[in-house]
Amino acid sequence: MTRRLQPDRRTLDPAAFSRALASGLARLRVKAAGPTTGPGFWALLAAALGLAAFGGLAARALWAARAGRVERREEWRRLSLSKEPDDGGPGDAALALALGRTWARRPGLIGALSTVDHKVIGLRLVLIAFSFLLLGGCAALVMRLQLAGPSQNIVGADFYNQLFTMHGTTMMFLFAVPVMEAAAVLLVPLVVGARAIAFPRLVAFAQWMLVAGGVLLWGGFALNLGADVGWFSYVPLASLNYSPTKRADLWAQTVTFTELSALAISVSTIVTIFKQRAPGMSLDRVPLFAWAQLVTSFMTVFAMPGVMLASTYLILDRLVGTQFFNPAAGGDALLWQHLFWWFGHPEVYIIFVPATGFVSAIVPVFARRPMFGHTAIVLSLVSIAILAFGLWVHHMFATGLPRLGESFFTASSMAIAIPSGIQIFCWIATIWLGRPVFRTPFLFVLGFIILFVMGGLTGVMVASVPLDLQVHDTYFVVAHFHYVLIGGAVFPLLAAVYYWFPKVTGRMLSERIGRWHFWTAFIGFNVAFFPMHLLGLQGMTRRIYTYPAELGWGPLNLLSSCGAFLFAGSFALMAWNVVVSLRSGEQAGPNPWDADGLEWATSSPPPPYNFLWPPVVQGREPLWASAGRPPAVTGHRTDMREVLITSIADAVPETREPSPDESIWPFVAAVVTTILLTGSIFTPWAVVWGAPPVAVALIAWFWPKGDKEDEQ
Amino acid sequence: MTPAGNVDVSKLPDWAHGPKSVTWWGTLAFCAIEGTGFALAAGGYLFLGFLNQSWPISSPPPDLIWGALTTVTLLASLIPNAWLNRAAHAEDLRRVRLGMVIMSLAGVIALVLRVFEFGALNVKWNQDAYGSTVWVLLGLHATHLVTDLGDTLVLAALMFTRHGHGRRFSDVTDNCFYWNFVVAAWLPLYALIYWAPRLGA
Amino acid sequence: MSPRGGATATAVCAVALALTGCSGIQSSTDPHGPVAGAIYGLFIVFMIVAAIVQGGVTIALLLGALRRRRLDARSVLELDPASERRATLVVSALVGLTAATIAGLTLLSFFVGRTDARLAGSQELVVRVTAHQWWWEFTFEDPAPDRQLTTANELHIPVGRPVRLKLLSPDVIHSFWVPALSGKKDLIPGRLNEILVQADKAGVFRGQCAEYCGLQHANMALKIVAEPPAQFDRWFAAQLTPAAEPRGAQATRGREVFLSSGCALCHRIRGTSAAAVFGPDLTHLASRSMLAAGAAPMTPGGLGGWIADPQTVKPGSKMPRVPLSGPELVALVAYLEELK
Repeated sequence: MTRRLQPDRRTLDPAAFSRALASGLARLRVKAAGPTTGPGFWALLAAALGLAAFGGLAARALWAARAGRVERREEWRRLSLSKEPDDGGPGDAALALALGRTWARRPGLIGALSTVDHKVIGLRLVLIAFSFLLLGGCAALVMRLQLAGPSQNIVGADFYNQLFTMHGTTMMFLFAVPVMEAAAVLLVPLVVGARAIAFPRLVAFAQWMLVAGGVLLWGGFALNLGADVGWFSYVPLASLNYSPTKRADLWAQTVTFTELSALAISVSTIVTIFKQRAPGMSLDRVPLFAWAQLVTSFMTVFAMPGVMLASTYLILDRLVGTQFFNPAAGGDALLWQHLFWWFGHPEVYIIFVPATGFVSAIVPVFARRPMFGHTAIVLSLVSIAILAFGLWVHHMFATGLPRLGESFFTASSMAIAIPSGIQIFCWIATIWLGRPVFRTPFLFVLGFIILFVMGGLTGVMVASVPLDLQVHDTYFVVAHFHYVLIGGAVFPLLAAVYYWFPKVTGRMLSERIGRWHFWTAFIGFNVAFFPMHLLGLQGMTRRIYTYPAELGWGPLNLLSSCGAFLFAGSFALMAWNVVVSLRSGEQAGPNPWDADGLEWATSSPPPPYNFLWPPVVQGREPLWASAGRPPAVTGHRTDMREVLITSIADAVPETREPSPDESIWPFVAAVVTTILLTGSIFTPWAVVWGAPPVAVALIAWFWPKGDKEDEQ
Repeated sequence: MTPAGNVDVSKLPDWAHGPKSVTWWGTLAFCAIEGTGFALAAGGYLFLGFLNQSWPISSPPPDLIWGALTTVTLLASLIPNAWLNRAAHAEDLRRVRLGMVIMSLAGVIALVLRVFEFGALNVKWNQDAYGSTVWVLLGLHATHLVTDLGDTLVLAALMFTRHGHGRRFSDVTDNCFYWNFVVAAWLPLYALIYWAPRLGA
Repeated sequence: MSPRGGATATAVCAVALALTGCSGIQSSTDPHGPVAGAIYGLFIVFMIVAAIVQGGVTIALLLGALRRRRLDARSVLELDPASERRATLVVSALVGLTAATIAGLTLLSFFVGRTDARLAGSQELVVRVTAHQWWWEFTFEDPAPDRQLTTANELHIPVGRPVRLKLLSPDVIHSFWVPALSGKKDLIPGRLNEILVQADKAGVFRGQCAEYCGLQHANMALKIVAEPPAQFDRWFAAQLTPAAEPRGAQATRGREVFLSSGCALCHRIRGTSAAAVFGPDLTHLASRSMLAAGAAPMTPGGLGGWIADPQTVKPGSKMPRVPLSGPELVALVAYLEELK
């Protein structure tokens, strides 16, 4: 049905270009594929590439699953000790003293800006993300006030449009993705038994980039330069013609900042999981939480370049007059949508997959048994990641794509229900077969399963082209993705907060307030968002600041607004719980839940070097198998920071690499990068005069400074 | 401590080449990120190409000479790069220093040629969507040349200081690895920029 | 699924449908055309499946979590091989069932998606829809230039006849959506999209722009009036006539105001010297039921308020405030009111 307009040099018939490429590129394409099958072809290609990338990994995991393989290896036997590790070495107290000196955090402001401790940075990222949750949540509450009744005038159109753009951008780019990354930074090294994260200075840099992005976006909002073209920033609305102020530029550059941050953290996470796992943690023994973070990081690596490219094109169009999105000069508005949703759909899974990691960590502990279907869940995660790149077009069904392509994307969008279903069945089986203990983290997990199934079912509906054409861009979709993102990701996140809070702070959160928190959140959430399904079916479109009374949407909107405030109240309860528990919560001890993971094998909170004796892993549930005292790694230097590098499949120790010390330079590099990127909103020359300072900061960052290795 | 299963790592080396080094994996991850960026930018080029009736839209295709020279330079640089890689594995500081200087020169030459390439595109970035995509494709790769050249220069300087031993050799092999990626990424872009607009002419 | 699951499903369906209601003029659950009807049928199928799954999962989860267990001193790692085997069987069966359901729903969607293809035929009426920030322009395409009728925001169509809408946008992306008749389709600058609508019953169906298009996205409504063919033909003929001569002095004065004070720079009234096409065609303004794409009603009060201060009624609208004296405004309203 789609046809290019006849004038302006373009037609339905791509004959000229096809002729031009007849002898070359065109032959590589699927036979008889006009430009109309383009997306389907791309998706197939993407799926194939994804398969190649992940298939090998999954196969390797299965292959490594043969029991005892690791310990039979020659390299391993050479390293194994039969005697006590502290025989002839330092005692625990002396070791703690020496390591404490080597891994000490520098005090003061400079120390705070220089720290490379993943636990400090991770906790900061959590706090930053929750601050943005608060801001984004406030924006949502103002919107709910405005929509509580028909034809209200609490805020005007311009402010409302800024509000929903700020809400979406904040929740996606500044809360949901960062908070999942924060969990990776904070927990992955502990979960895999490493003393530090890989590339800690890169992670330090990433935290500052995130802060810069958030300050840019909300600083702009404070100056009435809040982005107002939606979190998806479609062109041509976001082009210079229709958005002449700097609002769209601030949005685009915020995206660049947060994506830089996400990419940096993903690289660190991947390498930490690949190369810094505890000896013996072969791929088949990697905890599901780490698998989830690994898969997420891979998705980030392949998805984020899409939006970075798109936002760069947008800024170039707006700043130096390139014509990427201008149909009058050969550009195209849908190019933006393809690039944006190439990122935008995996983005949802980048948020959701780590959340399933939380759930898979929590369920076995409270069901008091090992996870049912561990390998099936790993394979589900991998296939979700692959499928996630094959369904971006389901956000574009209404743009008039060819039917063949649409059917392909319907099939792939629906197919993702299968791996998601496998996970749900495995969690329920684990609970069914176990002996559940009802503590707050477990309550949130139960709530998650119910809400996520609902979001998943409406997800199957929007994957169907005809249904989507009715509900797309209505409140039905708003309800759908809030069930997926809040039910599917925030509920597990809250479970994770209750679960790991004792590890991070050394104190337990109150169970009593926790139960109140859960029930207000669960009820408030459903009251706020369930009515939106009905409003969408009744024709209420998204992103409208007002609606007339005659359409009859008033009562359900009022109900929804009441629910929103109740839901917001539940977060106040959580904040209260945190404050009270930090002061007078029960002391946690190393392993208050009698959990199975390595992070519980060290004190709460862990020392800067994470483990006095880095653990050795002998099974999938190392602490349960070893009665809480796993075997240890010995022979690390104590006078310099070292991490153990192990092989990728079997986690056999390979080298002891030095781990970077604290450094102010990542912070400096972040500051000059921020100046460069912010300047480039106003003049392209900012890139030119900004480059030398960035180069200087990076050189200083990487230049070795009298490392101990040089003294040998 | 449970005595059984403890592991003693004191005898392990403190650096290694290639996949045994964390830096190598970091480099690989950045190659994956940048490779995805290149692939999507190339996809955008093809997408716009298929939409437009004539391609280039309203300009002659780029002149061949400078692009060819860059390509030849990049391909030729693979030889000293491989030699440097071997020298680093052999931890031969003298040869590594020489190799780093050669590779720095190769980078400078490629970059100078790249400047002329922009001049030979025969279209400005703001003329039409074709101009925008070729400028961005070429610019994206030029950025990689600049960053890798910077990296090479700094590492070359390092090899002439007291830091030039041990794990620096591993940094050199990682740098060689990254240069291979920069060259490999160029070849499809070269075909796209210089030959795709000519195929039907 | 357990009987309880089925009961839950029925209950959920019943509640949902009761709440959704059947009366909304912009509701997708009150279809009046073959496309919307087929989609609604599909929706019901999906709803039933969803309710069964949701009920089943919830019950299984709660039973699994709350069921009584024998207390024993098993360690966490001791598993009972028999129950593990049973669970593996059940989970595998459920995964298979999921895959089969998904495949069925995909196929069903595919066939429902072809509903409009079956409608296409030679009896089609063709209307060009041009979306502007923030109003709709409709032009009936006809080989005879004097039958190419242009109107705004309200489109009349004959019942029982497919209408092919050619969707264009000169500014930003909009989306055409009238839920009672069919799903939505975007209007994208530089591209031409099409959508087929058909009404089976007479009625007035409201729709609005569904793709965020800037400041006044909320006030970009349209109405489709489906009427029996004879009545449609009468409407069409009436709309083709030029504007009636003003009756009475007040209206005549109003026309002078219209032609002399800037209105004519943007609007057209056929039969007068006002011929600009920047804003909506006003030749038969008073035959429509709403103003400013739904921001105000077509009443004397609505008209007066809208002309007197467009930026309060619809902030950001491209309609500027034209300075008029009180009597001028009254006269102008009197004139426009006569443009039936």
